[in-house]
Amino acid sequence: MIGIMVVSHSADAAKGIRDIAAGMSGAGDDVPIVGVGGNDTGGLGVSVGKIFDALSEILPKSDGVLIVPDLGSSILSSRTAVGLLPPEDAARVIISDAPILEGAMMAAVEASGGSDLAAVANSAKEARDLQKSDH
Amino acid sequence: MAFTVKMAIAAMEKFNAVIEEKKEYLTDLDSAIGDADHGINMNRGMKRIMEKVRGKEYADFGGIFRDVAMTIMSVVGGSAGPLYGTFFMKFGQKLGTKSEASAGEMADALQEGLAGVMSLGKSAPGDKTMVDSLEPALRALKESADGDEAAAWNKAVAEAEKGVEATIPMLARRGRSSYLGERSIGHQDPGATSSLYLISCFRDAFLEG
Ligand SMILES: Nc1ncnc2c1ncn2[C@@H]1O[C@H](COP(=O)(O)OP(=O)(O)O)[C@@H](O)[C@H]1O
Ligand SMILES: [Mg+2]
Repeated sequence: MIGIMVVSHSADAAKGIRDIAAGMSGAGDDVPIVGVGGNDTGGLGVSVGKIFDALSEILPKSDGVLIVPDLGSSILSSRTAVGLLPPEDAARVIISDAPILEGAMMAAVEASGGSDLAAVANSAKEARDLQKSDH
Repeated sequence: MAFTVKMAIAAMEKFNAVIEEKKEYLTDLDSAIGDADHGINMNRGMKRIMEKVRGKEYADFGGIFRDVAMTIMSVVGGSAGPLYGTFFMKFGQKLGTKSEASAGEMADALQEGLAGVMSLGKSAPGDKTMVDSLEPALRALKESADGDEAAAWNKAVAEAEKGVEATIPMLARRGRSSYLGERSIGHQDPGATSSLYLISCFRDAFLEG
């Protein structure tokens, strides 16, 4: 099973988006989905250490992990944390270019069907084209 | 005279002090083209680094810069955390178990650190980032490393200063300031400025022996 990691500047947002993706996708507890957010003191920000620790926890329990980050330093911090992993683990992680909420949700749906990492990443990316309105 | 681990620790002390002194200035620079937190970010990171590093014994460059890198990456919530963290990590890994380094070896380490920043940030010279002061410093240090090492460090600082000034007319292409497009023109980059301080702290630590 592929795991999903939501990375946001806010711990609340990370948890909320994680909950929405887990709940609304119907993936339930089958897919390991975690939310990581906030700096080391819980304020707005991103901590490489927190992402690294979360990856180290979820990787042994899954075949691979898709990270879905929000903006800016979430992406840089995710890349940095992946770079700290042993190469064989780093090879099982992809950082998604998808919008955070839609991407996490589509990834959860795909992952719950038992798809591999490439397929999960692809579905997340397709979330870019989810149309909400004509404007 | 070689660059020693003791000098590296002194350089970090100096960097911490300069950041403390300039934190408002850096934050002002960041308020013009970013989110006004670069001084705060760096100040928080350097303080925590010094708490970790002070009083510890380090046998080699690899050890101290690993602690510096891990601390700044975990403490600094902005882009500066992973960027400086990667810089220090690669810098320290290149020097590894060495406890003394020539200006040429320091230049090689700086090159690794800079390459790490550029690959993480997908940035290049001219993008209006910290790369724009680190890259000219590296070029100067490399070119003059075989001669008088003190002069080489002075040259590196002088070129980094020019690099910082050169960021003013640049259009930002990476990081938060790139969201401003044309409006980023006319402002000095905060990260290039803090990187200049870092280079001058290395120089000062070297000159003081
Ligand atoms: N992609 C990048 N590559 C290189 N340097 C970058 C990049 N993004 C940002 N920077 C540097 O980081 C500085 C901003 O740092 P900081 O304010 O601490 O982080 P944030 O932009 O997340 O608020 C910029 O002035 C720039 O020099
Ligand atoms: Mg900022």
